[in-house]
Amino acid sequence: MSDTAMRGTASLDTASWFLASARERLAGLLDPGSFVEYLPPAERVQSPHLALFDLPTAFDDGMIVGRGRLDGRDVLVAAQEGQFMGGTFAEVSGAKLVGLLRAARTHADLPQKLLLLLDSGGVRLQEANAGELAVAEVMRAIVEARSAGVTVIALVGGRAGAFGGAGLTAATCSRIVISEQGRLGVTGPEVIETNQGVEEFDSQDKALVWSVTGGRTRRLIGGADAYAQDTMIGFRDAARALLDGAPAFGFRTLRAEQDRLAARQAQLGDCATSVAMWTVLGIADPAAVRDMDDADFAALAAGVKGIDHDAR
Amino acid sequence: MTLDEILASLFPAGHDIAVRPDRLILGTGRRRNGGAIEVIGIADGEPLGIAGVLPLAERVLQVIAAGGNAPILVMVDTRGQRMARRDEMLGLNEYLAHLAKCLLLASRAGHRTVGLNYGKAAAGAFLATALATDILVALPGAAPAVMDLPSIARVTKLPEDRLKALAQTTPVFAPGLASMTEVGAVAALWDPLQPLDAQFEATLGKIPDHDVRDALGAARGGRRMASEVAQRVAAEATGDRHEAAS
Repeated sequence: MSDTAMRGTASLDTASWFLASARERLAGLLDPGSFVEYLPPAERVQSPHLALFDLPTAFDDGMIVGRGRLDGRDVLVAAQEGQFMGGTFAEVSGAKLVGLLRAARTHADLPQKLLLLLDSGGVRLQEANAGELAVAEVMRAIVEARSAGVTVIALVGGRAGAFGGAGLTAATCSRIVISEQGRLGVTGPEVIETNQGVEEFDSQDKALVWSVTGGRTRRLIGGADAYAQDTMIGFRDAARALLDGAPAFGFRTLRAEQDRLAARQAQLGDCATSVAMWTVLGIADPAAVRDMDDADFAALAAGVKGIDHDAR
Repeated sequence: MTLDEILASLFPAGHDIAVRPDRLILGTGRRRNGGAIEVIGIADGEPLGIAGVLPLAERVLQVIAAGGNAPILVMVDTRGQRMARRDEMLGLNEYLAHLAKCLLLASRAGHRTVGLNYGKAAAGAFLATALATDILVALPGAAPAVMDLPSIARVTKLPEDRLKALAQTTPVFAPGLASMTEVGAVAALWDPLQPLDAQFEATLGKIPDHDVRDALGAARGGRRMASEVAQRVAAEATGDRHEAAS
């Protein structure tokens, strides 16, 4: 899709989330004119480390934070730019998210809904230690914000997916929205193949990659709480539907998550493929899951027991 | 120090901590004052996968359910998360985050949590365990890392020699205990020649009531910007709230 087509007003709602930049996603998600950015590019808060590696910097370090409105509701937002350094967590990009989460936690008069538009391969290796620690700080800040009553919703559907620290961050949130194109995991296929061999994971086999970490697999095993069409309006509708009623962070939720994750291991742990999992889950035509359209998939998912839960 | 030596020095009053065949560490140690220290961990560099997370998280939840305020010690020697197609397909990200959340909940519920890195610690397994505690300490010989230098060289397409030279000038990316201490991840280094039980008690007394790792990194010069950037975002967020509400 060309830039012109994506930015045309008539097509904005139906523009692809997967192909969009972080700023285009924010424009497509939030009410027109409602977005206010904190530490905007004009302030040039950028990585002090990339120059060491002769790499270009970005004036927002690939992390955009601020506030806006979603269909009239006040929300805080953070969006990773997957096309800059793979959307990675680094010293500055991570600290911007930490600051936003801590502000939401401490100030009840700020919007108590936070949308996290993840698009990230994980930790930026040029700033590996700072990035890893930033993820740890983000996870703690999410827990503290949730404990204070903030709902944090992860949106996953960008080209970099959500891997490594971004995968753990997503699962620390109150809710996760994912599209078919969204990929969510820890170790990416290429790294598994490099470390364990092509027999373990053939990263060139795109159908296999999607069946292991893709949005449909995540949704059907309860690893994501909503399935969105790959459009601005798709993510907007899914996020809006999850704004209220998220599980509180506390013992009951984590006890339920323990039971949910243990049951998943017991039920699906012997499955070698996603199709084998769908068979165990009682899906009538398991091989058809991959190629059906979004509407049919949503209908199918609605009939699978246990994928909607308050155990995250 | 070997794990047995560490446990003997930590718990002269006795303990029932054992390393299971799957390399998980589980058990309870006795403090000099008669109280208990609940211990979980992973030994011998074993990678942490789905099967390892569940018993550790279960134990943390049991400690919370039992009430009281027994501290939890998280002992870590793991080379990282398990890299396997099956673990990924089952949603390893949820399992690792779950363990981190259980530890964070435990400290909110009154169980002070101490991470002890005595061997390897890497990547997602590091985030799920030692980096989800109130305070992280290490013993000499610990080797925390996000990724080893040859792998960083491969991904960044920079020669390893150049990375080694760069590592001399900045702690921001290079693996190792010194770097992780400078950026604020590791709060203190324990002295293996002194009794560890006293050092554990001293560490318990120094647990901060909020996340100070970014401030620590700034004070030590290894992560100069993070703390300030987080504060600036929070200041802008709270400063504009009246204007935006109108």
